[in-house]
Amino acid sequence: MAEVSLRNVVKRFDNVEAVRSINLEIPDNEFVVLVGPSGCGKSTTLRMIAGLEEVTAGDIYIGGEIVNDRPPKDRDIAMVFQNYALYPHMTAYENMSFGLKLRKFSKDEIRRRVDNAARILDIAELLERKPKALSGGQRQRVAMGRAIVRNPKVFLFDEPLSNLDAKLRVQMRTEIKRVHQMVKTTTVYVTHDQVEAMTLADRVVVMNGGSIEQIASPQDLYHHPKTRFVAGFIGSPAMNFMRCRLEQNGAGLRVRISDKIGLPVPAARTARYQQLAGKDLTFGLRPEHITEPRRSDRDQNCEFAVTLDVVEPMGMETMVFFTVDGQEICGRVDPNSAAGPSETMRLYANMDHMHLIDPQTNLVL
Amino acid sequence: MSTAAVVARGAGTGLGLKSSLSRNRRWALIASYFFLVLFAIFFLIPPYYMVVTAFKSDAEVAHMATNPWIIANGVTLDQFKLLLTQSDFLIFFKNTAIVTLCVVAITMVVSVLAAFSLGRMRFWGSSILATGIFLTYLVPDTLLFIPLFQIVKAVGLLNSYWGMVLVYPTLTVPFCTWIMIGYFQSIPKELDEAALIDGAGHMQMLTKIFIPVAMPGIIAAMIFAFTVSWAAFVYPMAFLYSADQQVLTVGTVTSLIRADVYKWGMLMAGALLAAAPPLVIYAFLMDYYIAGLTAGATKG
Repeated sequence: MAEVSLRNVVKRFDNVEAVRSINLEIPDNEFVVLVGPSGCGKSTTLRMIAGLEEVTAGDIYIGGEIVNDRPPKDRDIAMVFQNYALYPHMTAYENMSFGLKLRKFSKDEIRRRVDNAARILDIAELLERKPKALSGGQRQRVAMGRAIVRNPKVFLFDEPLSNLDAKLRVQMRTEIKRVHQMVKTTTVYVTHDQVEAMTLADRVVVMNGGSIEQIASPQDLYHHPKTRFVAGFIGSPAMNFMRCRLEQNGAGLRVRISDKIGLPVPAARTARYQQLAGKDLTFGLRPEHITEPRRSDRDQNCEFAVTLDVVEPMGMETMVFFTVDGQEICGRVDPNSAAGPSETMRLYANMDHMHLIDPQTNLVL
Repeated sequence: MSTAAVVARGAGTGLGLKSSLSRNRRWALIASYFFLVLFAIFFLIPPYYMVVTAFKSDAEVAHMATNPWIIANGVTLDQFKLLLTQSDFLIFFKNTAIVTLCVVAITMVVSVLAAFSLGRMRFWGSSILATGIFLTYLVPDTLLFIPLFQIVKAVGLLNSYWGMVLVYPTLTVPFCTWIMIGYFQSIPKELDEAALIDGAGHMQMLTKIFIPVAMPGIIAAMIFAFTVSWAAFVYPMAFLYSADQQVLTVGTVTSLIRADVYKWGMLMAGALLAAAPPLVIYAFLMDYYIAGLTAGATKG
């Protein structure tokens, strides 16, 4: 087990800068998830840690030592790939023991380690099967077993659940978390799925365009995004963004979204936003904070009436879509209180969770 | 229109479509079988003639009045006995076997290593080099034998079947390398990355991962090398002239045709025996063409 550090790491492919001088400190035992859209540089970063891509500039440390010029086999890392990458001509046992054999472990030690990993992953009965005789989930378990038996300093996962169906993905997600809690190895996990990132990570690294947008715990990321990108990327459905003007409203402030809708800024935030009064900004509010009026002690000024465009019942909640000033907004309401399409519904904006974003810098203010 | 009428018309249209589909399919099948049978007859006539003639006596072959397509005077193994005892056929066979085995071995070693480096280890100029290798295959041996004659003579292998071991790979290596490059490139790159992380060097990766996974491709390349080497005619014709060094293709023809005297029975028996090893090899290894060894390596 070891800490991993990336210091000013750059990766350039010809003239394209895939990773732009990123810095990341991963302490021992931590589970870090790199998340972001396709082409954001997350997989390239992981592959640089693995030694599968050369670093253009900067340094990568594993266990306090620079590993830039070390081949993958000398970095003491294990990697699980999106498409499993099992050796098709070998049984599950041979796949898991291949790395140990190359490292000249004794047969008894290999047997002990493979059996132990098979027990952790519940694949003891599958050890004599070849990959083609295994289901997707079983193959991914064997691929994880191949990583576990090595007892490496760092586990690297490159979108390991992307090829599984939705149900199996949830199951394997829990499995990965359980395995990490048991073996406690430092883990770097790459995914484009923000739900996976939020559920698995001790800390999430949100990447965009080759740079790190924010590094934070899942809760922190959800409640205190630093940029518009993070605010929009984390959470499903995505946060609503609306053009607004911040108005002075007596001693307080008001977010003016349209001629008819102006929402009061909570008193606790007035001081923070005071110097922005009169400016055109972007107002952000998550769908879960636009609901039917619930609490009796609510601020009546946060309520507004809209005509619904689309209503999507989800079972435990209903998504309602409406338009304000040409901008589509989504709310999450109780199924029993939802109105139908083209009907008017009264909604409540929970302004305690509001965000104001500078449209020029895209930074959350 | 009533509901019943609409349903009836809909059903009628469905039936019409179905019968039209099956009629199309029937015509496609009839046309396929017609051409398949035509080609089968066309290509099977020479081997049939070879088999029939090989089992005839010299007298029957020489008798112009008999039907050449059937054995009228009884099956005889005389031609085979004569061939094996009265001619140098066994020497030709042995020489051909030695040359072919050596050529297949050399070809596989060279082309597997070349294909692995060109197909998997990306380096500057690798794709141009790969294309260049294939282009060499396009130069016909009927042109190459003139410069090669000088080379074979210079290394002292003229009129020696070891000279064939030297020159046949110029025919087999380019094409086999080309086949193997395609095969190696079809193997997911994550497999070698997994092997690298597991601690394998490039040679271990090749021997423990790539060769077993690419076995169908290697077998296909081996069959090609075997066939080319076994059936080569131009090079032995140009470079070999002693009976003790000759190979099957040229040796059978030159020793059994004396001026205008054709020993048809022995020629056909020789051709039949010479064709047997490739047939056996094809029969046993054909399955590897369709064996999906890579199934399960990755998703799918």
